[in-house]
Amino acid sequence: MSLSVLNLRVAVEGKQILHGVSLNVAAKTVHAVMGPNGSGKSTFANAISGHPRYSITDGSVTVDGSEVASLSPDERARAGLFLSFQNPVEVAGVPVRQFLRTAYNALRRTQVDPIVFSAQLKKEMERMQFDPSFANRSLNDGFSGGERKRLEMLQLALLQPKYAILDETDSGLDVDAIKNIAHTITRAKDQGIGVLLITHYSRILRFVIPDVVHILIKGKIVQSGDASLAQQIEEHGYESFQPSNNT
Amino acid sequence: MKDTLQFQQETTAANPIAYQHMARPGISKQLIEEISHYKSEPTWMLAQRLRGFSIFQKKQSPQWGGNLQDIDFDSIRYYLRPTDKRATNWDDVPADIRDTYEKIGIPEAEQKHIAGVMAQYDSEAVYHSLRERLQKQGVIFEDMDTGLKQYPELVQQYFGTVVPAGDNKFSALNTAAWSGGSFVYIPKGVQVDIPLQAYFRINAERVGQFERTLIIADEGSFVHYVEGCTAPIYTADSLHSAVVEIVVKKGARVRYTTVQNWSKNVYNLVTKRAFVYEDATMEWVDGNLGSKLTMKYPSVYLLGRGAKGDILSIAFAGTGQHQDAGAKAVHGAPDTTSSIVSKSISKESGRTSYRGLVSVPKGMTGCKSSVVCDALLLDEYSRSDTYPTMDIREAQTSVSHEASVGKIGEEQLFYFMSRGIKEREARSMIVQGFIEPIAKELPLEYVLELNRLIQLEMEGSVG
Repeated sequence: MSLSVLNLRVAVEGKQILHGVSLNVAAKTVHAVMGPNGSGKSTFANAISGHPRYSITDGSVTVDGSEVASLSPDERARAGLFLSFQNPVEVAGVPVRQFLRTAYNALRRTQVDPIVFSAQLKKEMERMQFDPSFANRSLNDGFSGGERKRLEMLQLALLQPKYAILDETDSGLDVDAIKNIAHTITRAKDQGIGVLLITHYSRILRFVIPDVVHILIKGKIVQSGDASLAQQIEEHGYESFQPSNNT
Repeated sequence: MKDTLQFQQETTAANPIAYQHMARPGISKQLIEEISHYKSEPTWMLAQRLRGFSIFQKKQSPQWGGNLQDIDFDSIRYYLRPTDKRATNWDDVPADIRDTYEKIGIPEAEQKHIAGVMAQYDSEAVYHSLRERLQKQGVIFEDMDTGLKQYPELVQQYFGTVVPAGDNKFSALNTAAWSGGSFVYIPKGVQVDIPLQAYFRINAERVGQFERTLIIADEGSFVHYVEGCTAPIYTADSLHSAVVEIVVKKGARVRYTTVQNWSKNVYNLVTKRAFVYEDATMEWVDGNLGSKLTMKYPSVYLLGRGAKGDILSIAFAGTGQHQDAGAKAVHGAPDTTSSIVSKSISKESGRTSYRGLVSVPKGMTGCKSSVVCDALLLDEYSRSDTYPTMDIREAQTSVSHEASVGKIGEEQLFYFMSRGIKEREARSMIVQGFIEPIAKELPLEYVLELNRLIQLEMEGSVG
């Protein structure tokens, strides 16, 4: 049971960004993908999730053994993938509650009783210390950066995917906010979700201890290792990691 | 309802004129005289009609807006007696309209009513209790023909004062050929707590081509008038040209809600205007879904200090449709406020235009106006234009205008789809979100129907 990426090559508007990336995220584990700006981290997240602007030119993405690379984004989500967006988009006039319920139903291929759903949403929101009125606001419309990231985490907790790809969910947040996010991620992991944590900084990895750390530079994973790799980056930066030619 | 039918039969029997002209296409002085005679109208009304007719003959069709060249005035039937309408056969209603009724789940009896096939609406009990309540408050709510018979002085005092026959070619035509519409009077200080809906009116003749509506809200009163229906209204005739006149007296408030969904062979050319006096408020909520071409610009003339006008409009133009809709705010007194919010959606070859005027003459100090028009294009073939006119002659005025044209963004779609939501559902949720600021002002059953219709339109399975 894993999210398995094999030799993934991705181009954006004709330009090759990822040059063969492989990794294997098992259920109930946390993998961190770290890299400097422009290394292809967001491309990786978006390509796996099926963003139409990122074309997979070679390689495969499988969820528990099923190939998903040719599926539409909604089909990939229904196969168990979740993407926490780096910059979640605003959608005026669509209340958070309605959006979440629609997503919940779509992922479960069911029509949950709105009252049952509301109760569950309320429980989840209380746990994450949201103001109840938050559910009635328009999706990300006028939200602060922090609120947007928290909403992504609320969705992770509520939608219960098999594998979650978190694209710089920690960026631009203060330490308390990062702690909150880390708490949600740890809980997700404990519930059996495989997490692919994409980040620039090792800060969040003080609160979520990753099982595996990958260093992504110029579209290639140059090194993989345990949590101590993150420590190394904190001390020495990305300078010491150069893409090797034999990967 | 019975009373009216009997009355109609009696008048038919009592007027042994051969109405051969009335069923024929085309308009003439003779036809107008016959209509007026048939309705036993006072002579001043006949004079108004004839004056309207002579203006109609002289005036050009507007050279702006949509394409009006294909209207053949001689092939239009200008008057249908109620008996003619009842003779309409359900089988004659086009299949696509019947399909739509099925899809949006309107029961058959109601379908027939909406299509104008049935003369009776199955809600007499509701209707009677409503009537009693209104009568106790002194509210007059009649169809225009009955209003003219029962309250001739009141009608004469206001008829044609807000929208004169000479305003435009179509208001002239309406003045000449009007039939049906509502007459509403709300006495001083009376707050009508439920929306008045046109189909609760006594007259069975609900769908008229040349409706004429007159609403007078006396000082400090309130009424919400709701016209139309979101289900498509079928008419064999291709021209709908209504006039709506509203007088909002000191401190009163009127809200007028319309959602038109005429069948897609109809030219919908409507003049709607309100005179708004001191500290009074007029609110137009206007939805345009149907018709081939709609030209409609609900107007507020703010004529007393502190008067306020709000105009909210939504337009949806699908294949082959042109919605040329907008608003007009004339600040005829100091310290008046207007707000215009327009949202339009175009799909395929559909075209929406916002056409608006805000006028603040010199000396009208302390006026405020805000105009927001947002257009959403659903694909690369659709079109939207904005024609805002701001005629501001007074420096001490605060005016703002914002316009945007957008497409459903790739990022928005991807966001929804990454949560398992299918593209079609994602698009329809985003569109519903786009019109939400106006949809929330509509009565709930209208919002539900509107959303379902937009969903149907976007699936391309209707129309």
